[in-house]
Amino acid sequence: MRGHGPGEQRAASGGGNVTLLWHELRNQQLLFWRNRESAVFIFVFPPMLFLLLGAVYDGEIDGEPAVDRLLVGIMGYGCANTALAGLAITLVVRREGGILKRLRATPLPPATYLTAVLVSTLIVFCLQMAVTIALGMLLYGAHGAESWAALVPVLLLGAAAFAGMGIGLAALIRSDEGASAVVNLVVLPMAFLSGSFGPTADYPDVLQAIADVLPLTYLIRLVQAAYLHGESLAHDMGAVAVVVAWGLAGLAVAVRRFGWQPRER
Amino acid sequence: MSGAPAILVRGLRKSYDGNEAVRGIDFDVLPGEVFGLLGPNGAGKTTTVEILEGYRQRDAGEVRVLGVDPWRSDGSHRERIGVVLQHSELPPALSVREVHRMFAGYYLHPRDIDEVIELVGLADKTEERVKTLSGGQKRRLDLGVALVGDPELVFLDEPTTGFDPAARRTAWDLVRSLRSLGKTIVLTTHYLDEAQQLADRVAVIREGSLVRIGTPSELIGATPKVEIRYRAHGREMVVTTGEPTRVLAELTSRAIAEGRELEALEVRRPTLEDVYLELVDGDE
Repeated sequence: MRGHGPGEQRAASGGGNVTLLWHELRNQQLLFWRNRESAVFIFVFPPMLFLLLGAVYDGEIDGEPAVDRLLVGIMGYGCANTALAGLAITLVVRREGGILKRLRATPLPPATYLTAVLVSTLIVFCLQMAVTIALGMLLYGAHGAESWAALVPVLLLGAAAFAGMGIGLAALIRSDEGASAVVNLVVLPMAFLSGSFGPTADYPDVLQAIADVLPLTYLIRLVQAAYLHGESLAHDMGAVAVVVAWGLAGLAVAVRRFGWQPRER
Repeated sequence: MSGAPAILVRGLRKSYDGNEAVRGIDFDVLPGEVFGLLGPNGAGKTTTVEILEGYRQRDAGEVRVLGVDPWRSDGSHRERIGVVLQHSELPPALSVREVHRMFAGYYLHPRDIDEVIELVGLADKTEERVKTLSGGQKRRLDLGVALVGDPELVFLDEPTTGFDPAARRTAWDLVRSLRSLGKTIVLTTHYLDEAQQLADRVAVIREGSLVRIGTPSELIGATPKVEIRYRAHGREMVVTTGEPTRVLAELTSRAIAEGRELEALEVRRPTLEDVYLELVDGDE
């Protein structure tokens, strides 16, 4: 990623970059909601899965109300789905279609563009979580977070870290046709192993061993601690470290490998 | 513009994995001219243009675009440049107006959006989604988006590929009107008639080197040969000559003596295409 600083004139005019970021953020939101595929698959999928699972599970899981335990898993899944899968597919499709290359010919600084894309993803994720939690509370009698003040930072940290992995993954995918297959191959098994769709205590040791290195396992642990017990990030710095490390690893791959031009001609 | 070239290229070199794509090219593009860059696929044309557009780093040589090194630029010179790439999709779910508005927001001094849409002939498609446009209309959208920042310099890479003849004429008129507005235009094209119609000067690149540069008529004038075609005894005859007057006199007087007609007689000056094919095929 070759850095282009903001234009001199723009820097001199002051506040121009904020205007530009705002403009691009609006573009990104328009692009997201206008595109049926992304709006349905990225936004609707996690709450839909939650509704289905919630209709199946009943009673208690591990001594906690089943619906709250499911909600915790789906929040983790939503993070992987929206910030990692959605972002990676979007970036690959735009890169291979030549939109990123075309944007590079404009004065829009790449950093401003990427910031807008990330913030836009975060907005989508926050709305998605609000909808999912509201559905859980209204339809299935979920109790809501023990501490919202503890939960929000966990979700923001998770979204940021998974977005870092999303950009890294986009850098590794070579074609837009393969993008959603590759991304789902990463996200769905990870979500299953990490306990997004139900408790993993009865999984075979091998699967649990794999789950032990996956970032989503640790994010779900943090979400669970915050949602069920009101514990803040500081209570489990080990889990925070794993999630952050994965996010930084994704970013490191992106810095080395991410390109603005189509890979295929 | 104080007479400085809009683009200056000196000793430009670029290799990929040891293969020299561009082997020391020099040329200037003057402010306000339409400069055609011609050459077969793989000749180094795209590499050269992508270096000028700032997409690729050169190995050696000097490059100035509007006085700025496009690779080291902080990006502010992009305010003054418009680009039509060979392949680039624009967001399919947005309308023609929304795409123009999106790009206009990237520039400090954009042109009026509706004016640009009108200029590229999409006024009746303003509210249509990009995905519903035909190939030619999408190309015009590319052009509109390239003009929305009111650039001084416009790169047009194969701008009329996929156009029907009428749409191509319209696009040519558009390029001419840009020229009359004083824009500098760098045009790469596979259509030699397009270069002949539009370009003030053309450069022909072959195997990474510049083999000829000049106005189309200079290039054509460099080969004084004329082609004479006619039909005799049911066969198509072609004579290529540097002395058309003498050859034609001989042919016609023989035909008159024999009392027959030179059927389908045609005397043709070479076109840019003929000269081009000679340059890129021949062992110059």
